[in-house]
Amino acid sequence: MTSDVPLWEVFVRARRGLAHTHAGSLHAPDADMALRHARDLYTRRQEGVSIWVVPATEITASSPDEKDSFFDPAADKIYRHPTFYELPEGVAHL
Amino acid sequence: MPGVAGAERLLGEVEEAEAALREAAERELDGEASFDAVIAADQKIEPRDAMPDAYRAGLIRQIAQHAHSEIIGMQPEGNWISRAPSLRRKAILLAKVQDEAGHGLYLYAAAETLGVSRQELDTALLTGKQKYSSIFNYPTLSWADMGAIGWLVDGAAIVNQVPLCRCSYGPYARAMIRVCKEESFHQRQGYQSLYVLAQGTPAQRAMAQDAVDRWWYPSLAMFGPPDADSTHSAQSMAWKVKRFSNDELRQRFVDMCVPQAEILGLTLPDPDLTWNEQRGHYDYTAPDFEELMRVVKGDGPCNRQRMAHRNRAHEEGAWVREAAAAYAEKNRKAVA
Ligand SMILES: [Fe+2]
Ligand SMILES: [Fe+2]
Repeated sequence: MTSDVPLWEVFVRARRGLAHTHAGSLHAPDADMALRHARDLYTRRQEGVSIWVVPATEITASSPDEKDSFFDPAADKIYRHPTFYELPEGVAHL
Repeated sequence: MPGVAGAERLLGEVEEAEAALREAAERELDGEASFDAVIAADQKIEPRDAMPDAYRAGLIRQIAQHAHSEIIGMQPEGNWISRAPSLRRKAILLAKVQDEAGHGLYLYAAAETLGVSRQELDTALLTGKQKYSSIFNYPTLSWADMGAIGWLVDGAAIVNQVPLCRCSYGPYARAMIRVCKEESFHQRQGYQSLYVLAQGTPAQRAMAQDAVDRWWYPSLAMFGPPDADSTHSAQSMAWKVKRFSNDELRQRFVDMCVPQAEILGLTLPDPDLTWNEQRGHYDYTAPDFEELMRVVKGDGPCNRQRMAHRNRAHEEGAWVREAAAAYAEKNRKAVA
């Protein structure tokens, strides 16, 4: 019965200034209903001021199997971090 | 009203679990992030990670049963919504039952991340292929049962569920944190409602005592069979799905309830309930586990009624699902 009712991923912004965070998922026939259901399911206690719903099928996720080769290129670029640079003694505010 | 000892502490544990989850997530894993390494490091397994088949199957079974319990659990209390003694109590009870529906949905969504479909889960409940907690097969005979359920049944559920906030499967742990935060309201409203009755007329007091008498042992049985007979426990502990044994949690619940009952001025129906100085715990009479097995197998006072109601509600709700789908389809066509 719910097999053909699409799955939506729900993102809730708790307060102005915070990013939307993944809260969970739910089934709904379309985006409007998904929003209403998300309000009832994930913000019963005013947990949010804004909700995004995204069709679960529209999310492309990176694969955990390829996690290493996918993210490794950044691993040896330690020069991207300020701590890489040793400063001469006595230098302040830098 | 006197404070509910333990509720604050349990909520504190939920917050600690949430903090630990974030802290563990920031910790670097040395070398391979294999299943065993993640478990050993107290980190979370996520949906797309490799995991043993038995871990996946066991979690699906446990989360599904948990979700079904939340859904069926709406019935005993739903029974009293239209007969609540005041608008205030009615609003509270409605909000609580609505929360239970929400808990069911969070948990179904968590189970679905393991590769089972909502349709399969719905069918498994409707056909009786998967179980729900035996506690919901007992009838709610008086208004005082709403208080006793909140205090004892939700109380036992919280004791069971707080450790699950640290479960090794990420989506389940996160769902449980959300659930547990909502549960403390359930337990408090029940305790407070029972307290009001216990301070009331002799008839109200007797009604409160009767409710406690009937719900005490079924609540103790919610923790499952004694450790010696518990089939899934050892593996589940090794995989950090379960953190404490059935008997440990049951003892914890008893120890919390005794002082709470004293404050209510009600008696727990166990003449052998005594403080054991040596153990540092209360000695208590175990629930009737043969009765538990009978109820689990389908022979409780309300099993047939609960299943019939669930199936009827599902069938009678078909037009809503169809209308929603038709409306969505119409809108899609209008846009196209
Ligand atoms: Fe619940
Ligand atoms: Fe509850």
